[in-house]
Amino acid sequence: MELTGAQALVKSLEMEGVEVIFGLPGGAILPVYDPILDSPIRHILVRHEQGAGHMAEGYAQATGRPGVAMVTSGPGATNVVTPLADAYMDSIPLVCVSGQVATSAIGTDAFQESDTTGITLGVTKHNWLVTDAADIPQVVREAFHIATTGRPGPVLIDFPKDVANSTMEWYWPDGVDLPGYQPPSHADPAAIRAAAALVLAAERPVIYAGGGILKSRASEVLRELVDLTGIPVVTTLMARGAFPDSHPLSLGMPGMHGNFTAVTSMQKADLLLALGSRFDDRVTGKVSAFAPGAKVVHVDIDKAEIGKVRRPEVGILADCRLAIEALVEEIRAFGPIDHSRLAPWIATLRRWQAEFPCTYDRHEPASTGSAGSGASRRPTLKPQFVIETLRALTPPDTILVSGVGQHQMWASQYWSFEYPNTWVNSGGLGTMGFAVPAAIGAKVGRPDRMVWAVDGDGCFQMTAQELATATAERIPVKIAILNNAYLGMVRQWQHMFYEERYSEVYLSPDLPDYVGWAESMGCIGLRVESPEEVTPAIEKANEIDDRPVVIDFRTDSMEQVFPMVPAGASNDDIVVYQSQGTSDAEALQ
Amino acid sequence: MSPDQMAYGPRHRLLSVLVENKAGVLARVAGLFSRRGYNIYSLAVAPTDDERFSRISIVVDVESSPLEQVVAQLDKLINVVEIGELHPDEAREAELLLVSVSADAGQRSQVIQLVGVFSGRIVDVGQDAITVMVAGTPESIDDFENLMRPYGIAGLQRTGRIALPKLDEKSASGAATPAANIA
Repeated sequence: MELTGAQALVKSLEMEGVEVIFGLPGGAILPVYDPILDSPIRHILVRHEQGAGHMAEGYAQATGRPGVAMVTSGPGATNVVTPLADAYMDSIPLVCVSGQVATSAIGTDAFQESDTTGITLGVTKHNWLVTDAADIPQVVREAFHIATTGRPGPVLIDFPKDVANSTMEWYWPDGVDLPGYQPPSHADPAAIRAAAALVLAAERPVIYAGGGILKSRASEVLRELVDLTGIPVVTTLMARGAFPDSHPLSLGMPGMHGNFTAVTSMQKADLLLALGSRFDDRVTGKVSAFAPGAKVVHVDIDKAEIGKVRRPEVGILADCRLAIEALVEEIRAFGPIDHSRLAPWIATLRRWQAEFPCTYDRHEPASTGSAGSGASRRPTLKPQFVIETLRALTPPDTILVSGVGQHQMWASQYWSFEYPNTWVNSGGLGTMGFAVPAAIGAKVGRPDRMVWAVDGDGCFQMTAQELATATAERIPVKIAILNNAYLGMVRQWQHMFYEERYSEVYLSPDLPDYVGWAESMGCIGLRVESPEEVTPAIEKANEIDDRPVVIDFRTDSMEQVFPMVPAGASNDDIVVYQSQGTSDAEALQ
Repeated sequence: MSPDQMAYGPRHRLLSVLVENKAGVLARVAGLFSRRGYNIYSLAVAPTDDERFSRISIVVDVESSPLEQVVAQLDKLINVVEIGELHPDEAREAELLLVSVSADAGQRSQVIQLVGVFSGRIVDVGQDAITVMVAGTPESIDDFENLMRPYGIAGLQRTGRIALPKLDEKSASGAATPAANIA
């Protein structure tokens, strides 16, 4: 069967089970868009290529399957660099196809030419420039294999127009031939034995669960390990949902804005069981002062992560799920575990949880200023209150998506995650504008789930145009803008570290008019200015299932994210909410 | 550059990297070094006897970044098939030098004599200069270069270090010892 390169590409994507492509056509990718008309693959036409990339990421994070984006050459390809970098940092499987000028024009500064493989070299797990149509099925198979196995990540296929227009004899390869790529799978039994011995000897152990739990689908076996050993769990920003927050041994999120107990448990631990986590600087704080008394068992599928930041006592190069399964089996062989050994440690953690919960001032006075002012000011709307209310009014398996900044931290702190793959965010790269397109992608992947995005006003303005995509494609996402009229996280740093010299952070609550903007894109737009309006607005939004909804929550501009470990400081120097006074981790021991 | 710096010091380690012979592989390796802040001291690349593969010999400066991390990151490149570290006392190392030396008729015989000592070859002769090719261990190349310096060097190009394991150290497959094993 003779096919054009373009037909072979689309057929190869079908063979890989692709159900949706997020993309935007242009000159160099035109040949591929013709066979897309005849393909069962759904194509979602975005308004900006960055949107295509983030949608593919949201799709991948919500489903665990690779997301696919398609863009044209030059600016189309450069616009997708940010999502590729984002997916690379967060190990999200993504396959991006970019058009390229004809092979004869490459290197001549042709119209819409860019060195796409060169530009994306450092932000992809691998990339290809296809120069022969006969290579297409092989390259597509390799691309999906590499994107989804080992440590997952984004890949890019650069596809010149003349290759798309030339012909090839169709075939589908039996497998891949990649002599330099053998992702690890099973753990070394000796390392598992060594890890089990440390687990059974520890008195203050903590499981430090990372995004690798979700990538390897290890949530269930993690729970088995916890129930077997009685060891408490912290879930990093990338692992929220990997272990249910309602579990009595869940300590929540550690790190710069983690809760006091999660942060301090790691500082005081005698054993850290790092499972698919990478000792990110936002988790460790000052590395030399991080968890000083802890022995470390580090399970990771990426050899380069083991010992990169902290040298483990036991390094286990393996798929996280397989390693945890082996560890559970090894520990079971020792017979019943006496959890009472950990009782003093758990009691300490409970005391910290009672004394230093994540909190905010729920009873902000209705009127600031003196009683005689007479002005009837409405009570301030706290962003944390919005998230707590949203959580209470939505199903437990709701997918929560967020942008980057204060709202992201509040979302992670105040949302109770019960299921894996219900939290979609930009962790490593910290890409503002992630939420709207990622929510759209998540909803496309999981149309059965309610999908809410919690976004900031700064973030929303970066990618809001994709709500036109959502309306046109009937993708009913719901967006809660926590509109504090500022680039809030930057403002918080200027407040704390730059003597309240606020430089270029004010955005205005009314410019743009978020309700008007939402409605112009076919969404329902709502505005909420006081606490008592929150519940009715969310209830109304939850009932709308035929179009996107945007709620403009006018929240308190002054609110800050606590706890906080200042950048570069030790986790022992955690700053808690002001009403909790100062914490003295040493005194609490 | 002083002879000390050129010698194979403790901060330099030699990696022998077998890569797939595909377009852009060198850019991937070089790009990895630059974006992770690793330093390359010298680099040589050429096809092997198997046309599917090339071998890159990289002398890495490990003062700023541990060799284990460099190797682990390199290993993640899809086109990198095998990485071995070659220790100086377990390897046969060689380097090639081309140098144009100022040498008028009076000095020419001295230079030619030194070329003979180092088993080099005269590859070009001009009015007041000659171009010489010398192959040898990197240390002998350093020595030769230093001997030529007083005559005046008009142009110089070294290939960078290449190496293979010593035969008695080699495994049957001819592979270098695998670098940096982790559990």
